[in-house]
Amino acid sequence: MSNLLDVRDLRVTFQIRREGDLPWAKPHPLHAVAGVDFTLRPGETLGVVGESGCGKSTLARALIGLVPATGKAQWVDGRDLLALTPRQMMAYRQDIQMVFQDPLASLNPRMTVGQIIAEPLTTHRPDLGRAEVRDRVKAMMDKVGLLSNQINRYPHEFSGGQCQRIGIARALIVEPRLIICDEPVSALDVSIQAQVINLLIRLQKDLGLSLIFIAHDLSVVKHISDRVMVLYLGKVMEIASSHDLYGAPQHPYTQALLSAVPVPDPTIETAKTIVPLTGDLPSPMSPPSGCVFRTRCPRAQARCAAEVPALLGGDHAVACHFPGPLTQAEIDRARSADAA
Amino acid sequence: MVIDQTKMQSLSDRLVQDEVKGRSPWADARRRFWKNRAAMLGLSILVLVALFAILGGQFAQWSNEELDFSVMGQVATMGAPSLENGHYFGTDNLGRDLYARVVQGTQISLMVGIVGAGIAVIVGTLYGATAGYVGGRTDQIMMRTVDILMSIPYMFVLILLLVMFGRSMSMLFLGIGLISWLDMSRIVRGQTLSLKNREFIEAARATGVSSFRIIIRHIVPNLLGVVAVYATLLVPLMILTESFISFLGLGVQEPLTSWGALISEGAGTMNYGTLWQLLFPLFFFVITLFGFFFVGDGLRDALDPKER
Repeated sequence: MSNLLDVRDLRVTFQIRREGDLPWAKPHPLHAVAGVDFTLRPGETLGVVGESGCGKSTLARALIGLVPATGKAQWVDGRDLLALTPRQMMAYRQDIQMVFQDPLASLNPRMTVGQIIAEPLTTHRPDLGRAEVRDRVKAMMDKVGLLSNQINRYPHEFSGGQCQRIGIARALIVEPRLIICDEPVSALDVSIQAQVINLLIRLQKDLGLSLIFIAHDLSVVKHISDRVMVLYLGKVMEIASSHDLYGAPQHPYTQALLSAVPVPDPTIETAKTIVPLTGDLPSPMSPPSGCVFRTRCPRAQARCAAEVPALLGGDHAVACHFPGPLTQAEIDRARSADAA
Repeated sequence: MVIDQTKMQSLSDRLVQDEVKGRSPWADARRRFWKNRAAMLGLSILVLVALFAILGGQFAQWSNEELDFSVMGQVATMGAPSLENGHYFGTDNLGRDLYARVVQGTQISLMVGIVGAGIAVIVGTLYGATAGYVGGRTDQIMMRTVDILMSIPYMFVLILLLVMFGRSMSMLFLGIGLISWLDMSRIVRGQTLSLKNREFIEAARATGVSSFRIIIRHIVPNLLGVVAVYATLLVPLMILTESFISFLGLGVQEPLTSWGALISEGAGTMNYGTLWQLLFPLFFFVITLFGFFFVGDGLRDALDPKER
């Protein structure tokens, strides 16, 4: 089966002027996404995890054309999405929709729910009559679990979970093939999170959608994803099926990340070993040489500073010179470094 | 019975109910505005002044051009306000009926104010929203143009314009229109910049909505609160500007008149015991300005309850 989306060496660079710089000073490049490769199969969910500032949201915005990016993102029909002109891109915007993080902020407060959900439809299908648009909007509201008689209400009259359903309805109305969810549940409380995620899973099954699901909550990602990609400082650290990644993480960063997930069972929670990461995320304006993770890695060696590790290994790809489970000695070293 | 029948009934009613009417942010603001007594007072004053401008002419015994020869030359003694000879507000220095003149002046002044503010709203909003939304170099060029226009002393330009091209209503509108939108465009641009990065704008961009539609459908409606408040404060400002120009003798030309021209005439003769010539136009001028300021304040409170 051919891939729905095949992304090669995607890069997003922002030109940043530091505070106090003269207006004509040369801006500094900030590599928010520094060469990301991944593939997405039809009907698959790809989870994207990483710390704040690792480029998750920028990656999403680059794919949908909200920020300029270089590299290659080949759609299923062979076209490179990043090379399209805005006019050519229009045809593909229908296929790729996005769900945003803040449910209320992503809805225009001055428009009714009906107008909000209808907007992609009226943009892409100007041939449809008003009654037809209204019927489709109502059908979509039913599908995402909203009362369709509330079509004339305004966003501020809904709860956060309902607002996110409105956001999902807006994304689905043009029958896309890919939905990019940028932390769709981080702003919701836990019980509502479960509802929204189950809704997404159900809709995905019904409609055969592909999802790119961005989150920083690892347990949520595990629940929804077929495959998971771990990002660090704009680079892919590890990408594997959800089962493999959570069961046998190879990259030291992934292991540290997973060890920090809280377990809702006090006996396991106290017994488990947390691998602390020392220091802060390095500035993406001056990333470390070689492997970007080496400054915080308990296994870093001379080679890590000299050579950039390639993302190797087929279905379970790791970008590390020395992959494999951390030994007890390495964990102890990380702990003592953290204590000091 | 385990299940509360009435509750289930109300739930099922709700489910089959026809489309619920939502309460828009505008409707909320309207309710708050109706409750604001100062604003309602201001609004009723404005309505009365507007009615006066529209219908006041019907009740005049004299036209605004007629000279009353019976009072001419002895205005100070014979031209005082009286119901008997039909000069409700007295007469002006030439023996013209001041009531009819005030009606005419009210029409002209309100028109200047509303047209000036209207130009500011339309041009300023679109200009500012475009500059803010497009950003980058376009924004720089557009806003630096505004800066340059602003740095020119506008009163000087206005006077020059009126002197060079002759004093006419259209020239006055042009002059006032030229300057009135500058502040508005700055305010709107600032607001647009803060709106531009909101997620709902991103959502629209991601869907492929065109820039023009984003400005019209998403940005402008969210700006209208600020614009409405500023416009109501701009109307009195325009009236003041026109009055000042007229006071200098450069504004509207006889036989037309405006509040500023009437006040100027009245002020010129106030030493001769004809104080009514100053007080009647001044009264309308002052209450209208108060009315607009109260309404503007009320609108601000109603549209932005957090800022109170």
